[in-house]
Amino acid sequence: MSQAQEQAGTTVQPEEQRTVVRTQQVKKMYKMGEIEVHALRGVDMEIYTGEYLSIMGPSGSGKSTFFNMVGGLDKPSEGKVYIDEVDVAQLDAYELAWLRCRKIGYIFQSFNLIPVMTALENVTLPMVFAGLTSDEARDKGMELLKKVGLGERYAHKPNELSGGQQQRVAVARALANDPAVVLADEPTANLDLRTGTEIIELLREMNDDSGVTIISATHDHKMLSVSDRVVWVKDGQVDRIAKREDLDIEVTHVEGE
Amino acid sequence: MSGIEVAGGKKIILPMSRAVEISLRSLKIRFGRSLITTSGVVLAIAFLMSVWSSNEIVSSLRDVNKSEINLLLQKKGVETGLTDGGAESEEAKARLQEEQSKQMWLIGLSLLVCVVGIANAMLMSVTERFREIGTMKCLGALDSFIVKLFLLESTFQGVAGTMAGILIGFLLTLGLALLDYGGFVLDYFPMAGILESAFYALIAGTVLSLVGAMLPAYRAAKMEPVEAMRSDT
Repeated sequence: MSQAQEQAGTTVQPEEQRTVVRTQQVKKMYKMGEIEVHALRGVDMEIYTGEYLSIMGPSGSGKSTFFNMVGGLDKPSEGKVYIDEVDVAQLDAYELAWLRCRKIGYIFQSFNLIPVMTALENVTLPMVFAGLTSDEARDKGMELLKKVGLGERYAHKPNELSGGQQQRVAVARALANDPAVVLADEPTANLDLRTGTEIIELLREMNDDSGVTIISATHDHKMLSVSDRVVWVKDGQVDRIAKREDLDIEVTHVEGE
Repeated sequence: MSGIEVAGGKKIILPMSRAVEISLRSLKIRFGRSLITTSGVVLAIAFLMSVWSSNEIVSSLRDVNKSEINLLLQKKGVETGLTDGGAESEEAKARLQEEQSKQMWLIGLSLLVCVVGIANAMLMSVTERFREIGTMKCLGALDSFIVKLFLLESTFQGVAGTMAGILIGFLLTLGLALLDYGGFVLDYFPMAGILESAFYALIAGTVLSLVGAMLPAYRAAKMEPVEAMRSDT
């Protein structure tokens, strides 16, 4: 895994890497009654294959809007979003669903497992959509559940699992169709400190193992130390972008205070 | 330019067997509510069936035109128009027609109430499952998958409720008819007519459930996947 080695190394050279998500002057306006709210005011951003990117920012900063844009969940009012070199705005409903099914894995703050399905069925649902036979899906689903450490609990329903375990199932589900990008929306917000750390480490591990790009919106400072890059969003614009090696110093500095 | 264009087979599917499985389980997990929704259908169809089957029974007895049966019928206020040589009086005809139109009104109203009830229950079910639907869409579900799931759910409820309604309506009517006319009912049992009524009632119940579920299913399907991200619902 050359990508993994590259990640483990100290330098990430954006120029040498393939871009998986690219935004060009993305703007988003909402109408709230008479007032126009500018959630995003022109964001240019490149996200590279195999990187672990965290998006930080206070609520109301446009962070969620930006996050939804790069995840193909929202379309910009102006500007372009390319996911895997495809302009999201050009896709029809069917292609968009296909993109979400095959190219993007979603991890949610409140886990969002389907309550009527077992852990295994939750993991295999995207594979069923993608047209895998039930045998193929089951094998792959079991493999993924083992990877996230829940091989024994495949037959449990979400309400029989702890929060951390549910989020692990969600991680496995996000990886079901070998997506290009995994989008994690505050994945640790509903978890305690230790479980949150475990989930972060699991995501990092998946990122190292399979080279999947991970984009995470977060408030969680634990996330910073595993991220390759951190993007701060403020007032609908990218405030600054920091690489990990710069961050390490910062984090120690903050902790030293 | 790897990725979307290149990857062969751009299909997304939800096999019918899986859809059936998911919707049956969704019903099971909300069994209490499903039962209430279904009971609306049961009542409406039971009423429909009892009206139809009692009509069938009475008219079959009338057609026999035996004096002892006619006596029983007349006691119950049923015109036995054939007593005096076959010609039904105009007055009797008019009365019969009026009665029938009254029945139609009642049936129509009860079915309408039933549809509204189903639509209401399904809308509630959709609202309750906003996040689940949004999640499914994030996982790549098409609008049509969501519609399929909700219509299936409603159809199962409808068919089960209708069957129960048919049975209840028929048995009640049969019981009452036995009390009124005794063994004659069984002697001249209008089997074909009852089966025909049951068949039409089954169709009516299923169609009602589908019609009631259409708007809620459409609403569910049109939901944006971003809804799944909202944590405060």
